[in-house]
Amino acid sequence: MSIAVRQVTKRFGSYVAVDDVSLAIASGSLTALLGPSGSGKSTLLRIISGLETPDEGEVSILGQNVTGVPPQKREVGFVFQHYAAFKHMTVRDNVAFGLEIRKRPKAEIKARVDELLGLVQLDGLAGRYPAQLSGGQRQRMALARALAVEPKVLLLDEPFGALDARVRKELRGWLRRLHDEVHVTTVLVTHDQEEAMDVADRVTVMNEGRIEQSGKPRDLYEHPANEFVMSFVGPVNRLGEAWIRPHDLELRLEPNGATSEAMIERIVHLGFEVRVELVLDDGRYVSAQVTRAEAEELELVEGGIVFVRPSRTTVFSGAATLPDPL
Amino acid sequence: MTAPAAVAALELTFAASLLVVAVNAVTGTLIAWVLVRDNFRGRSVVNALIDLPFALPTIVAGLTLLAVYGPKSPFGGWADVSYTRTAIVLALLFVTLPFVVRAVQPVLVELDREMEEAAASLGARPATIFRRIVLPNLMPAVLSGAALSFGKAVGEFGSIVLISGNIPFDTEVASVHIFKAIEGDDPAAAAAVSVVLLVLSFAVLVGADVLERRSRRHDA
Amino acid sequence: MRNGPGSRYALRTAALAYLAVILVVPCSMIVYHTFKDGLEPVWDALTDPAFLHALRLTLLTVAIAVPANTIFGVVCAMALVRRKSDRGSWFFNAAIGLPLALSPVVVGLSLILVYGQDGWFGGWLVDSGIQVIFSIPGIVLATMFVTLPFVVREVIPVLREVGTDQDEAAWTLGASKAQTFWRVTLPAIRWGVAYGIVLTTARALGEYGAVAVVSGRLAGQTETLTIHVDEQYLRFNEVAAYTTSLVLALLAVLTLVAMNVSKPRTQKEVADVDRRPPGDEALR
Repeated sequence: MSIAVRQVTKRFGSYVAVDDVSLAIASGSLTALLGPSGSGKSTLLRIISGLETPDEGEVSILGQNVTGVPPQKREVGFVFQHYAAFKHMTVRDNVAFGLEIRKRPKAEIKARVDELLGLVQLDGLAGRYPAQLSGGQRQRMALARALAVEPKVLLLDEPFGALDARVRKELRGWLRRLHDEVHVTTVLVTHDQEEAMDVADRVTVMNEGRIEQSGKPRDLYEHPANEFVMSFVGPVNRLGEAWIRPHDLELRLEPNGATSEAMIERIVHLGFEVRVELVLDDGRYVSAQVTRAEAEELELVEGGIVFVRPSRTTVFSGAATLPDPL
Repeated sequence: MTAPAAVAALELTFAASLLVVAVNAVTGTLIAWVLVRDNFRGRSVVNALIDLPFALPTIVAGLTLLAVYGPKSPFGGWADVSYTRTAIVLALLFVTLPFVVRAVQPVLVELDREMEEAAASLGARPATIFRRIVLPNLMPAVLSGAALSFGKAVGEFGSIVLISGNIPFDTEVASVHIFKAIEGDDPAAAAAVSVVLLVLSFAVLVGADVLERRSRRHDA
Repeated sequence: MRNGPGSRYALRTAALAYLAVILVVPCSMIVYHTFKDGLEPVWDALTDPAFLHALRLTLLTVAIAVPANTIFGVVCAMALVRRKSDRGSWFFNAAIGLPLALSPVVVGLSLILVYGQDGWFGGWLVDSGIQVIFSIPGIVLATMFVTLPFVVREVIPVLREVGTDQDEAAWTLGASKAQTFWRVTLPAIRWGVAYGIVLTTARALGEYGAVAVVSGRLAGQTETLTIHVDEQYLRFNEVAAYTTSLVLALLAVLTLVAMNVSKPRTQKEVADVDRRPPGDEALR
């Protein structure tokens, strides 16, 4: 295991940011720590980096207990949400910083910096200052800077949070490709479930300082451990005790014994997918998701009547039988 | 050194300082407004000049004030206000000039123009907009600058000592009274008046700090 | 808010007129009175040994006070801004600002009460042969006291805005705390420090009240430039007084220039920081 976190707790005054958390992260993997604001994910990341010290528990990196070790000695790369660029230094000097601290020979530093700038596609911008770069470029520079000293572990704290939606998506894919090339154990903190599911090998969902579930993105989506995870990793309809994914709500033009009647309130065309917002007989709202093709086939119109049936339901209460939600 | 003289000195000091602060609150805001919202040739030079009373030694300020408002003034006898309380006020206006201006300027620069534009779109005239939108937002900065002016005015020495004549019960301010006490080898009397001055200065500083924080109350 | 052109000119005229009367006219008098009697008295004043000594003493005082308060200021700012808790901050801020708010005469008095012959440390110092009051060390001390706050006050907001991200990045890259300070923190606040130094220098050059109290005013020995102005005036050597004033005024103008170069860069340092949304810190 590359990183092992054992029973770590961190308090700020009376506020418990991280509550008895244990986690193991495999070598070479890309793990996402996913959760809402205040879930403790950033704090946990900072504890792994050494920028915060836990009140209880220990942290090991590559088998070595690093709990009391300062960040300088942990050989972790850290990328900040707001870049933390050294504004008074050029891009080249930023990326070279770690190597200069380690007193590497100038020629070696120059070669390595050039190599990294090529890797992050910032060649030609070596002489610029961070203020002259776009947000996306600054973040790529920050990544190059972190990778320059060949860290054992790369930690990214909401790295795309300060960027435009489009740049965010671009960099997301780019990070994945970079990881596939460089293979450094990477941990990414994010509140964006789409980002986590898109980029990571494994996702750990956190809430209120505790881990809710860890696993492959697909497992989290299809077999969520509890209501929180289910509602966090994707859209969901809740009807009493039953939780139903929008794409698990079948729409039919004719009733059969198992369906319920519903009126279409609104049809939202989101490109390939179509979201159908429905009102049931008893006034409850649900939304279904169908493909464009299905929508056309069913000739859905706002104000029309359709018949719905869940093809798959999840219940967390531990009830013996599945109650009929509709 | 008599106690009544000390009291008179303190009274004069506070009265003059309060007057000066009141004037500065108005003129300082006006100057800040013109420097921020207006544009004219030489504006940056004028802007730089505002700091002159800060950069110039107080005794030099005193000497030049004497040159303008003293017996040998090139502007004639009517400008001669030496040895009067007017001289004290003029000296204080000089040395406290930058405080309100510099306190208000950054606030004015940061002021969200959209508030004023919204008011205008709702039918308010410029004077109303200033009174009801701009001024309330500037007030904390004006007060903070006024507090700093007051602190400076109350303790001012170098610019006053030449032109005021330092006549006890008439034109002797607290700082001069203290100075005379020290020269007259009466440190106890000097210390007594100093303590009063010190307590007030500290109160003013804390007040200025509180006012500054209050102004942040409205910031998002 | 659009002023009509009429009101804009009115406001502008009012402001400029006020400034002319209160500020510009007095200052232009310095030049007039210096050269009123021709160049020779001016030259005599400038070559007067008392003047030259005063100049040297003033520069010596500045050379001690400025570096000392710069170091103190940066260290103090770091200690105040990078604290874990906010307890008592209001007190430290007020205490740091105290020299600014105190009457210079009161500053001089406190120094006498502490270091004078009958003061707290006075007796002990005199026995050790160290004369503070009425001698050069007293002048230096007084100047250091009144110039204490400037660097601290200018650096604190810049340090606060710059934040700790860059420092933390440097740590993760292997830099020690000392290396981080020299290579990352200090460069990030350099204009705040520069502006603070300018203000400190200006005040050190021009201090009168505090120095007037503690100095013995002995010509050629314990006169600073500002005291020299006063002494010459009291002896009816007007030209000498105005000449010295002109020298100080020219230094003041240089200070203004330096202020105008460094202040906007300070504000840019503060404004330039990649904005983090408010409330983020609370979540860490």
